[in-house]
Amino acid sequence: MAEQLSEYKRIAIVPALNEEETVGRVIGEIRDFDPGFDIVVVDDGSVDRTAGVAADRGAHVLRLPFNLGIGGAMQTGYRFAFEHGYDIAVQIDGDGQHDPSQLPKILEPVLSGEADLCVGSRFTGDGAYRSSFARRVGIKIFARVVSAVVRQKVTDTTSGFRAVNRRAIALFAADYPHDYPEVEATVMCVKHKLRLKEVPVAMRERGGGASSITAVRSVYYMTKVLLAIFVGMFRRYAVPVEEEHR
Amino acid sequence: MTPLPVSIAAAVASFLLLVVVFELIRSRRLRERYALLWLLTGVVLLALSLWRDGLNTIAGWFGVETYPPAILGAVGALFILLVLLHYSTVISRLSDQNTILAQRLALLEQQLREG
Repeated sequence: MAEQLSEYKRIAIVPALNEEETVGRVIGEIRDFDPGFDIVVVDDGSVDRTAGVAADRGAHVLRLPFNLGIGGAMQTGYRFAFEHGYDIAVQIDGDGQHDPSQLPKILEPVLSGEADLCVGSRFTGDGAYRSSFARRVGIKIFARVVSAVVRQKVTDTTSGFRAVNRRAIALFAADYPHDYPEVEATVMCVKHKLRLKEVPVAMRERGGGASSITAVRSVYYMTKVLLAIFVGMFRRYAVPVEEEHR
Repeated sequence: MTPLPVSIAAAVASFLLLVVVFELIRSRRLRERYALLWLLTGVVLLALSLWRDGLNTIAGWFGVETYPPAILGAVGALFILLVLLHYSTVISRLSDQNTILAQRLALLEQQLREG
């Protein structure tokens, strides 16, 4: 894997909102896995030392002037990856829930050319994942809906542990969903005729900070995402070109 | 009881609202987050127009005996108020963000000139 990886210009995109306690460790762990990974931390309007910690550890830091939400933050990272000509990008949350030692699992299908987007799923195999009842129901509903829309079995639609190739980087740099993007991004990829693969990974409990999805917002979140998926079914999609001009 | 032509006109109007909002989202001229309140408006008005007994009952609760469709107008006005209030919060947020952007730009320009 390491030799194969070294042929590609590769980057880890780390979205972070008030993760000063964990972002340094995440950067260290990505380097431990592969020192050849460039790292860009997208600081989505943190009020703590997130940006400072990341810069001290030698990561590129994109500091957004105010909170754009995870969708806007991720797209900033993808724009950076696109404009700097990266071949491979991985998404790893700055809160420490994604374990960089699991990177080979999501990278393998992308490197072998089997998938354009590979998502690490908490549910399809190893790694017990605990969460509240309401959250599990929501996750099940999304899994059913997305599986039906993309005509492929998907178990973990909200996972932000992902690896993509240049085609998907180009697509996401040009167009990325707002607010809570993972579910829509998955659907969007398939609509654009990119190949999606889901692989089982082990995830950790969140290292610090608080989840961006509180109980109050989850109803709004579900409605909004289901609406976006529904309306999206009536759009036409172009197949993205790797070096398109925007 | 609500006159039938009123119910039909109200149902057609709210259905049109739903269609227009849907098309605006589809053509990406309206973001989902700003469409939700409009869709709720359309659905509630459509339900009240089609469910004529229900409109009567609700009118009864508020002591409106002579002309139940007045409730349709009241509910419509209420939703318009909600949408406007929502927009006021959106405009406030946008203007705050605009201030921050202008300040960051001024600081950047100063760095470029003197750096």
